[in-house]
Amino acid sequence: MSDYAIEADGLRRSYRSRTGWLRPQTTVVDAVRGVTFAVGRGELFGLLGPNGAGKTTTIKMLNTLLIPTAGTARVLGHDVVRETREVRKRIGYVFGGDRGLYERLSALDNLRYFAELYGVPAREQKARIGELLELVGLTGREGERVEGYSRGMRQRLHIARGLLHRPEVLFLDEPSIGVDPVAARDLRKTVADLAAGGTTVLLTTHYMAEADELCDRIAVIAGGELRALGTPTELKRHADGRRVVEVEAYGVAPGTVELLQALPGVRGVQIEESGAAQLLTVQSESDVDVQSDVLAALNGVRLGRVSARQPTLEDAYVAIVSGDGGPARESLVAA
Amino acid sequence: MRTLRMLWIGTIMQVKMSSRGTFEIATAMIMPIVQATVAVYLLRAADSPHRMIEAAVGAGLMGVWSTVLFGSGGAIQRQRFMGTLEMLMLAPRNPAGTILPITIATGLTGTYAMIATLGWGWLVYGIRPEFAHPWLFLAAVPACVLGLGMFGLLLASTFVLMRNANALCNTLEYPIWLLSGMLVPITVLPAWTGPLADILPTTWGARAVHEATSGGAVWPAIAWCLGISVACFALGALSMTYVERRARTAATLALA
Ligand SMILES: Nc1ncnc2c1ncn2[C@@H]1O[C@H](COP(=O)(O)OP(=O)(O)OP(=O)(O)O)[C@@H](O)[C@H]1O
Ligand SMILES: [Mg+2]
Repeated sequence: MSDYAIEADGLRRSYRSRTGWLRPQTTVVDAVRGVTFAVGRGELFGLLGPNGAGKTTTIKMLNTLLIPTAGTARVLGHDVVRETREVRKRIGYVFGGDRGLYERLSALDNLRYFAELYGVPAREQKARIGELLELVGLTGREGERVEGYSRGMRQRLHIARGLLHRPEVLFLDEPSIGVDPVAARDLRKTVADLAAGGTTVLLTTHYMAEADELCDRIAVIAGGELRALGTPTELKRHADGRRVVEVEAYGVAPGTVELLQALPGVRGVQIEESGAAQLLTVQSESDVDVQSDVLAALNGVRLGRVSARQPTLEDAYVAIVSGDGGPARESLVAA
Repeated sequence: MRTLRMLWIGTIMQVKMSSRGTFEIATAMIMPIVQATVAVYLLRAADSPHRMIEAAVGAGLMGVWSTVLFGSGGAIQRQRFMGTLEMLMLAPRNPAGTILPITIATGLTGTYAMIATLGWGWLVYGIRPEFAHPWLFLAAVPACVLGLGMFGLLLASTFVLMRNANALCNTLEYPIWLLSGMLVPITVLPAWTGPLADILPTTWGARAVHEATSGGAVWPAIAWCLGISVACFALGALSMTYVERRARTAATLALA
């Protein structure tokens, strides 16, 4: 029996797609280029990365929906290509978005159907379904057809379905997409409880706070490769030796980001719209105080709150995926 | 036992779904009327009113075949569009078992088409449903449905492998009506079509239903229909396993 719940060893996957009809051309996308990691039993493991990084592709290789182009993977000791059925019995899969459910059936019928398919014993089904409806807060609405459900309700139904057969390993691909803040908090609690109860969870999310709060360890992948792996605290060290200045501004001229980027000591600049204002996040070396230079560069722009703070997981993430991981990078990948 | 239960619940759910779509309901209402009418006028022209009921049954079988051809042929494609194909394939079962309820459900929807055609024939054209072997008719219809469901499985799996499945669907509709002798007796067709017709479960299903209507040996036809269905199921199951693996290599389980 393997000590690990999930083992990925040199996983690769490329997609071929044909474009053009008269003169068909095959384009090959290397979505995942050799990813190796292991997740311990009962661990809550996060997979972070920008859009198109290869997170979903990695998950689908692990949950048997895609056959890897190269490399091997095992779930609870079972090879995902050769022992597909053994793997499928033990895993649950939840993905974000509103597809993947039978729209014309009620939530209850969806759950009954999949309970049968996933082999939940007949006499346990009723209690199990009731329990899960309660857990995701759909009790009372289970008789309605899914086509009338809101995005968040569908997402919660997805989660209930993924848990029907009490999987030992749960793959959650952006499960909190479209879920309101209160429901998202309930979801985080549910996930944390499952992990505490011994379920292994592999989670992808674009919400850094969620990853920071939940995950025992996090892998950051970008461009199909593993860029960093470690506990949230370890990852935050990628932003060590940095300082962050946040400036709220109204009407930043185009080109300002480049201007700020060129200032001495500045390591990264992001701009984010928030209502009428823009939020500028400037990361700098910790021994250079860039605040006055930044404010000088923003001369003439109406400014709101200006603050300096310690780096967060998000800052570390940005540092990692922008290929600027600092000195700690190599040692962390090896960890 | 558990597999049977799954097939049963799966079929119920799939029938529920197809009975709730406006387009499907409209088709299911209108097609049988059209088919009953076609049957009646064809035979009026042929001036053999005593064979009206046979014509109505033949028309009903045509409805069954159309339903199964489009319903089963497009089954996998439809699941893919809904995003449920991945979730079905994740079930720890033989992929044929997860798809079979869908094709049996289309066979059942097809039975409705048959009953509706007979109903309209009675209501509008006064064709009384009198059968030579009413009880055997009741046995022949489910055999036919089962046969169509299993044949549908074979269709469902082979159609995914073909790029122009829709075009193929359209070209298969009329020839098989003729080949299986749903409307005209096989004996009026050229001899070379014989062996071709003999391997289609629809031929034997249609024959069983016909003979129950007009008198004749029903059981052998039922037996042939079921036997060929089992063969279709075996081939379909093999083919589904292959298709599933190929889809995982080619990344075609999901839409994107
Ligand atoms: N079926 C497919 N055919 C062709 N290319 C694909 C397919 N699925 C994914 N890709 C490509 O593979 C790469 C990785 O995609 P993937 O969905 O794994 O990214 P991701 O990390 O999950 O991104 P996101 O955060 O947007 O969900 C992308 O460049 C994408 O365009
Ligand atoms: Mg993704």
